[in-house]
Amino acid sequence: MSKNKKIFFQILLVFGVLGFLGILTNNLIINLTRTGIGFNFNWLTKPASFSLAEHPLPYSPSDSYAWALFMGWMNSLKVIISSLVLASCIGTLIGFLRVGKNSFFRIITAGYITVIRQTPLLIQLMCWYFVGFLSIRNNSFLNLSNVVNISNKGIELFGLNLSSEFSALLFGLSIFSSAFIAEVIRGGIQSVPVGQWEAFRSLGISEKQGFIKIIIPQALPAFIPGLTSQYLNLAKNSTLAIAIGYADIYAINDTIINQTGRAVECFIILLCSFLILNLSITKVMGIIDKSIMKTRI
Amino acid sequence: MMNRLFFGIAAFGLFLTGCASNQNDNISRLSLIQKRDELICGVSGKIPGFSFIEGDGSYKGLDVDICKAFAAAIIGDSEKIQFRPLTAAERFLAIKTGDIDLLSRNTTLTLSRDSFGGNGLTFAPVVFHDGQGLMVKKNSGIESIQDLANKSICVGSGTTTEQNINDTFESLSLPYVPIKYQDLNQVVAGYLQGRCQAMTSDRSQLAAARSGFKNAKDHIILDDVLSKEPLAPASDGSEQKLADAMRWTVFALIAAEEQGITQSNIADKVQLAKNNPQLKSLRRFLGVDGGLGEKIGLRNDFVVNVIKATGNYGEIYDRNLGIDSDVPIPRGLNEIYSKGGLHISPPFN
Repeated sequence: MSKNKKIFFQILLVFGVLGFLGILTNNLIINLTRTGIGFNFNWLTKPASFSLAEHPLPYSPSDSYAWALFMGWMNSLKVIISSLVLASCIGTLIGFLRVGKNSFFRIITAGYITVIRQTPLLIQLMCWYFVGFLSIRNNSFLNLSNVVNISNKGIELFGLNLSSEFSALLFGLSIFSSAFIAEVIRGGIQSVPVGQWEAFRSLGISEKQGFIKIIIPQALPAFIPGLTSQYLNLAKNSTLAIAIGYADIYAINDTIINQTGRAVECFIILLCSFLILNLSITKVMGIIDKSIMKTRI
Repeated sequence: MMNRLFFGIAAFGLFLTGCASNQNDNISRLSLIQKRDELICGVSGKIPGFSFIEGDGSYKGLDVDICKAFAAAIIGDSEKIQFRPLTAAERFLAIKTGDIDLLSRNTTLTLSRDSFGGNGLTFAPVVFHDGQGLMVKKNSGIESIQDLANKSICVGSGTTTEQNINDTFESLSLPYVPIKYQDLNQVVAGYLQGRCQAMTSDRSQLAAARSGFKNAKDHIILDDVLSKEPLAPASDGSEQKLADAMRWTVFALIAAEEQGITQSNIADKVQLAKNNPQLKSLRRFLGVDGGLGEKIGLRNDFVVNVIKATGNYGEIYDRNLGIDSDVPIPRGLNEIYSKGGLHISPPFN
């Protein structure tokens, strides 16, 4: 096919898709108008008139729906980013121990990965929250001279207050994802040919040095695709927050749909938010991947 | 990359078609139900006394009996029902998408929900007059709303409850921390586990939840009533015929109680009406003459079918919420008007 022909078909495809989309959107709007709901985003500026248990920035029920949604988004980001960091740390540690020489740790970590990966996340979250945090009686479990205080009100760390909803979600998501990340790490390390291990050993380089300087750099590129998909899953899984009473963007959307009846608009907002977040995660991981590839050459 | 984007857009387009398509555009919902020979009824399934799944998988409760009455009126058989358990947040979307025919799920009638510019539903007459309340532990020392300042309160999200508690505390300028769960069972668990000092819901639901507690007597429902909660069945606002059928089925239940027509004496009453041409209003009510049923797309004797299947409103109430039931709630506002309650039926003329 000549180049011009190719371009022509590309343009045809663009118009085709856009036209198709236009017809559908128009159809949707007509249907919504017919059923009396209409399609607009004007309600976003109206006062939300519900309060939130957690909000990183000042918020009151007289603020707008848009601001309430933004608070939900901040809450979501808070738990996603902190879980992402915690899950990576735990996952990497477990992954290393899984391929390490110590057979005791190998068995323990294999058990950990099996149990965590074979049980549903929702049940794990409920377990962390209702059985874990809320069942701590007499209001205090661990109290170390004002440094850490774990109670059924949540965790207090250096004066930083984390609610039990946030803590349960943070632990639940991190531990769940860490098992998958550990498998990614294990797979990455095992993808390095055995010859590499034999090579550095024969050069008299210590196990620790060899692992850090020879094996890890070669395993890194194999980590990235697996890690990216685990991070995307983690972000999406955070919407299970609603089951344990954490005010994330999905939970707030739920309340707004109930109050305004704007289900279509709310879901569009929700879909777009997660699309943007996950595209950003993919982009950042892509940049990391490229920089790793550069250092190898 | 561009190709991938196109596929994404196309997939989203398909999703929109799903939203937009409305099959059976020209056939009314009422005829659709009759043609299908089955009523799809949205319920909660988690509230003892209103709709609860029994050990054998069957549904029981006031909301369930109302569904049965609708099926008896529309199809003529109260057993031809498919129950769909729904969460508070799912329920309205389930009607708008046509997944269910109607909702009989302790839903509060409000302007926003009933209106063309809001949720776009239409409501049948109220089947239970409720009010929102607060439950606390007896030994907590909390005796009124004022004592709940700065305390956490467990509340179900996606309900009018959530808005009422906020309005009440806002109007009293009392700060509080709402802990929102998606489902009543989680609200109860959060409250029992001590995450919040109080839980709020309709007083009937609080009573129902408390009936399942190990130490039911250790919990008290505060005297403060935060709101009016008239609970009513609902259907799609654009389905006039179905709405009429539902409205007059509920009125029939109430009218039957007003006239002392019960499940056990309905056959005699029909005979009585047939033999006595002078009993004009009874004959119209039971469909012997007058042709009232036809006017709303039902059989003329739909009232007979309904009462045979479920009994009158009072019988439904006693079966599910009466003194001898598992969830006893005093009738109070839910008496018929002649006994000082709010239930009254317009004339069947």
